[in-house]
Amino acid sequence: LTTADLKQSTEYAKPKINWAILEESENFAKTVKLYRQGKIDSDNFRRFRLQHGAYGTRMTDDYAMVRIKIPAGEIYPHQLERIAQLSEAFSIGSAHVSTRQNIQLHWVVLEDVSEIMRGLAEVGLTSREACGNTVRNVMCSPLSGVCSEETFDATPYAFATARFLLRNPMNQNLPRKFKFNFTCCEKHGMARIADVGLIPQTRDLDGKIQRGFKVFLGGGLGNKSFVGHQLEEFTQEEDLLYTSIAVLRIFDRLGNRKNMARNRMRYLVDEMGWENFQNLVLKERMIVRATQSVVIKLEVDNTPKEVKRPIRITDTDGRSPPDGYSRWHKTTTFKQKQAGFSSVFITLESGDMTANQLRALAKICSEFSAEGFARNGFSQDIVLRWVSDDDLPRLYSRLLEAGLANPGSLTMASPVGCSGTTSCNLALTNSHRLAKEIQRKFIELKLDQDETLRDATIKISGCPNSCGQHEIATIGFYGGGGRVGKDMYPLYQLSLGGRADGETMLGVNCIRVPAKRIIPVILKIIEVFKKNKKENDTLATWIHRIVKGNENSEIKSVNDFKKILEPLTIPPTKDQDKDFYADYGSDSSYHTRTGRGECAA
Amino acid sequence: LSKEKTLRTTIDADSLRSELRDNSIRVIDVRREEDYKQSHIPNAANLPLANLLADDSPDKVLKMAQSFGIDDETPVVVYDDTFGALASRVAWTLQYIGHDDVSLLDVTYGQWKSLGLENDTKVPSFGKKEHSLKLQPEILATADYLEKAKEKENVILVDNRERLNYLEQHIPGAISIPYRTLASADKILRPKEELKRLLQNRNVRSDAEVITYCGSVGTLSGLAYYALKSVDHPNVKLYVRSFKEWKNLNKPILKQENANYWDLSAE
Repeated sequence: LTTADLKQSTEYAKPKINWAILEESENFAKTVKLYRQGKIDSDNFRRFRLQHGAYGTRMTDDYAMVRIKIPAGEIYPHQLERIAQLSEAFSIGSAHVSTRQNIQLHWVVLEDVSEIMRGLAEVGLTSREACGNTVRNVMCSPLSGVCSEETFDATPYAFATARFLLRNPMNQNLPRKFKFNFTCCEKHGMARIADVGLIPQTRDLDGKIQRGFKVFLGGGLGNKSFVGHQLEEFTQEEDLLYTSIAVLRIFDRLGNRKNMARNRMRYLVDEMGWENFQNLVLKERMIVRATQSVVIKLEVDNTPKEVKRPIRITDTDGRSPPDGYSRWHKTTTFKQKQAGFSSVFITLESGDMTANQLRALAKICSEFSAEGFARNGFSQDIVLRWVSDDDLPRLYSRLLEAGLANPGSLTMASPVGCSGTTSCNLALTNSHRLAKEIQRKFIELKLDQDETLRDATIKISGCPNSCGQHEIATIGFYGGGGRVGKDMYPLYQLSLGGRADGETMLGVNCIRVPAKRIIPVILKIIEVFKKNKKENDTLATWIHRIVKGNENSEIKSVNDFKKILEPLTIPPTKDQDKDFYADYGSDSSYHTRTGRGECAA
Repeated sequence: LSKEKTLRTTIDADSLRSELRDNSIRVIDVRREEDYKQSHIPNAANLPLANLLADDSPDKVLKMAQSFGIDDETPVVVYDDTFGALASRVAWTLQYIGHDDVSLLDVTYGQWKSLGLENDTKVPSFGKKEHSLKLQPEILATADYLEKAKEKENVILVDNRERLNYLEQHIPGAISIPYRTLASADKILRPKEELKRLLQNRNVRSDAEVITYCGSVGTLSGLAYYALKSVDHPNVKLYVRSFKEWKNLNKPILKQENANYWDLSAE
């Protein structure tokens, strides 16, 4: 085949589900006008705004952040192109991929939000219920359907759940936000840190294979984090919807509507005790099952995915792949369970990509992915699946042209950083930029190629809330302010040993590290690891032993680590090092400044 | 000349082609000379924007117009390959010296060519014509004028630079409408209804005086000038020396404080 032969097959694939309702954009425009005229009070307007996916912006009422809900992260080429256009017209010319598979447009004039909603609706996308006290984007592992360790593809169930709940009256005024998270297997998901986390499993019932899930309830990261509890050994497929409704009803009824800091469902579970909560859910589910006046079922679309073409666009000119190919291949590609195909994880610095990169990706996706769309990942990344192994060298050079071929997406060299002081009202530090700085340093030092670091992660939040998911990172940080006399400087609390797999645990706090010492501290941790590691150790397994108290080298505890890192964290005077007192991305002296958060509206 | 014709802000490719055949029109290509020489719309004159900006005094502009054979009645169409912004600046300058009948080709030269429309390498010559000088100060805003006017209730100041530049610094009181907002996928300006809706959302009232500005020479804001004209906004002025001059004059500047928005950009 030549490239020309493929022309007809490069027409963009189109999504099956339209998430949008165009009228919502007109309604939003009208409501903004009423609010500006003082005919709607600010509390009611805020609730309405958040319900429609427009979040407040740092230190101003004039701008909003529009969070585009991408269920299961599935996004199509023409949708990427539309987001590119909207980002140039109404935002900053870049878009941001979040850790919950959404795409966010920042610094949007409030009066333009309705235009973005209109533009999204035209391509079947919505921002509805992306913020506020609603069921947020239903996540699904970007590897669902291609992961060799999954029992079946959870994606159709994620879509069915998202469809059932979107605009559903039961989900419009919960005590607080509510998150569903489907995964492929124990290893790749985040099932235990969501309100409802689900892992597919099957069982043999009299010779018939029955589908079901492991359902985890009451997990979540935040100011206080909890690991979810498994509801029962096997939740059969038919009970998925009833279980979801039962849990939502209990939360709606009993969740704390007074104390904003304690109103996520995990606090309810914690206060009631797991067994009480578990009993309540099981009872409620029986009631739901018995009293639904109309039999409702999730519309699970299990028709097999159309894999149009094992397209081969390879070896058109016999050139060898550009420099860096093997490094990129080793650190960004995942072998699918389907022989001959790979999934490629595209790392973005803190999830940011320009309008031109979005456009380039739309074309690349359509040409290289046999399923014709992309999936947003869990780490501010985008995943192209169903790429024929033979096409990988060509794909690499195309990504290279678009500035999207950084190595290390599947390694420690792709840190997560929440939006921090770039746009968030609650942020204390510029976690967003710090993540970029760390990524650049790791790539410069070629640490992405180090096998022993590969399964470790770095995640950074700009405040104690956990949008950057620091608590499930091998090395996690959350931002705050430190002080020497009257001078303030940005710093981060370091935590160690967090993970989100089958052995999910939250990181253990170690030491407070000044922002400008974070990179030396990470490098020191790596150095100490190299010195003390045993054969077959990775940084992640080694740190896991330390936090579990099972390590017998010079570092036996988190406290031992603290002693080693302490000398690196001593603040210089302002005369000695002025830069120390400024955060990344800023020339002026640091001071903490926060506005009102809107996670709880 | 009919009133309708003088109000035309853009012209589509088909209309231009038929008017070209009638030879009733002067087309100006504002791209660089080397690009123009490669190919251009047949019989178009070349006026690179840089040449105009080197000296855009009314006398000089008048001489240039005359040398292209433009008299007071000649319909003029301007095009570029820069989403209409450079063409807008040239068109506005012609209007400023008193030439009514100027419009923008509603596609770029790149789009013209990709539509497979005719082009030429021949450099035409024009007989000189006489053109009168009737300055139109009501479409121009100077720094002094702007400073006083922007305090008035009925004046809306619009910044057409990209959002990040606006956040970093802008003229106090300005609202941000990035130039990218103005175009559609295949035209240099969106359809009228869309532009109207956008402006309505942003409270750009049709009875207000609107002043547009951008970074330095009034190109992006020139496009905004024509966007407003295309929806029949009666009173639009271009602050042609724009933010560069404002800054050099040490006039007040506003910045969005306490946020590191630049670090959100993937540039």
